Amino acid sequence: MTAELIKLTAAEIAAKIASGEVTAVQVTEAHLARIEAVDEKVNAFLHVDREGALAQARAVDDKRARGEKLGPLAGVPLALKDIFTTKGIPTTVGSKILEGWIPPYDATLTQRLKAADVVILGKTNMDEFAMGSSTENSAYGPTGNPWDLTKIPGGSGGGSSAALAAYEAPLAIGTDTGGSIRQPAAVTGTVGVKPTYGAVSRYGMVAFSSSLDQGGPCARTVLDAALLHEAIAGHDPLDSTSIDAPVPPVVEAARNGDVKGMRIGIVKQFRGEGYQAGVLQRFDESVELLKELGAEVVEVDCPSFDLALAAYYLIAPSECSSNLARFDAMRYGLRVGDDGTKSAEDVTALTREAGFGDEVKRRVILGTYALSSGYYDAYYGSAQKVRTLITRDFEKAFGEGGVDVLISPTTPTTAFPIGERADDPMAMYLADLCTIPTNLAGNAAMSLPCGLAPEDGMPVGLQIIAPAMADDRLYRVGAAVEAAFTARWGHPLLEEAPSL
Amino acid sequence: MPGITREEVAHLARLARLELKDEELDHFAGQLDDIIGAVARVSEVADQDVPPTSHPLPLTNVMRADEIRPSLTPQEALSGAPAQEQQRFKVPQILGED
Repeated sequence: MTAELIKLTAAEIAAKIASGEVTAVQVTEAHLARIEAVDEKVNAFLHVDREGALAQARAVDDKRARGEKLGPLAGVPLALKDIFTTKGIPTTVGSKILEGWIPPYDATLTQRLKAADVVILGKTNMDEFAMGSSTENSAYGPTGNPWDLTKIPGGSGGGSSAALAAYEAPLAIGTDTGGSIRQPAAVTGTVGVKPTYGAVSRYGMVAFSSSLDQGGPCARTVLDAALLHEAIAGHDPLDSTSIDAPVPPVVEAARNGDVKGMRIGIVKQFRGEGYQAGVLQRFDESVELLKELGAEVVEVDCPSFDLALAAYYLIAPSECSSNLARFDAMRYGLRVGDDGTKSAEDVTALTREAGFGDEVKRRVILGTYALSSGYYDAYYGSAQKVRTLITRDFEKAFGEGGVDVLISPTTPTTAFPIGERADDPMAMYLADLCTIPTNLAGNAAMSLPCGLAPEDGMPVGLQIIAPAMADDRLYRVGAAVEAAFTARWGHPLLEEAPSL
Repeated sequence: MPGITREEVAHLARLARLELKDEELDHFAGQLDDIIGAVARVSEVADQDVPPTSHPLPLTNVMRADEIRPSLTPQEALSGAPAQEQQRFKVPQILGED
């Protein structure tokens, strides 16, 4: 039964638990056994909370035994990115500087998952402080892509995407600052959504670039992502950038996939040099599919998107250099060199040298440079202007362009080999070419599978982009595409992944 | 746009409280020079009359009511401290001898 339980969707698991066909404990044990069996190879998890997960599962079974109504995700296991604080459970953010830190409080997102009776299996691997596109920047070793363990699972949320693709969990949480939910989803054949900025609370989510960071749902199906989206989104008074408005009807949209009569824009800029042939081939097939399903497809010009990557790699490092100043070795985390003779300032510098990895150091220095006097206007100031221009390109497309959603490949290439770009920052940054504009403008986007690239047999992601607060459109279009592709393939794409 | 030198990287590292090793300075200086060369493209818009965007939401200050609420106990707040004494964070000396 274990093999069957781990292949179920979150919606199916919740239904079977609610009907009494299986218990939450059985479902949790099946996933813990799967983690035990495969995670030595995959390395998706940094910490597995076996006892906590089983206790949560037992609580769900007790609730049902008492005749209480269960929520739509009650008893469903989830893999939580190690960037969200979990009371009493280690939270490392993939960094040595927080090794062994046990947070004294839960992030709002963690609390919401618990309130929804979701079973948190453990914490997943990630690029240190969410800086990276491959999970190779984790201080705790790389994660393998379940499609080919010698390749990257994307990043920064590669642990979460790999856990889904390896059937270690049916649901996962990611965070997306420049593509860290969508790019891992694309390269592992799973679904990931970056909600509208401010939709999911950042309270207790370790900050990287505060004006861009956004938590969101990861799953194997569009409906499962919607169910998780609804569970974690909503206003939080503890996050001053949290949107105080109703969550868009994402679950209803996911249950009613339809693109008939919709106007869908292809972003002209996301094509050309650097794009893998097989990625473009699958993208073009997706365009044809959307037309067959009754959508009108038009080309849209977003000229400022050409400057998005450059603007992002000024804004994100600038904000990170400020945010990471809190890791000063005084109140929590690592402290190095405190032998009674050194000043606090020296201890801080020694600790940060020992506790941060290369990419974090590069970005802190880059941000310090961009914000320093003499360069501020030319770099940070110009990047902020680009941000305005990108927002205007989106507004024009969704406004006078009359487009309901935009589409593009999620990533220019499929998963690359572990090690290939590890010490080539500019090559690594290109993985986020298509995902970054959405973070800069603050609107919503999804990645879902659209096939395998013929040349390497690795998954390709289709990106759907919606205006801010219209997240439901992602799910309406995504569900229609998913249903049509699954019918064409005869099975979900992940069925084609080799067994681990 | 000017590039970045090894000496500038060393200065920035000091400002950012990073005690970099010599080999790291050599390594990062070249990489940061490449990155800055690439991101300097944003200066194409420097002369355009465009307002800057610092944040996707049009927010001003968000206030909450000034009410007493449950919070961490001193023990919880100090639970991750590298060193503590008398219910306080214990830190290395901040001021010099003179």
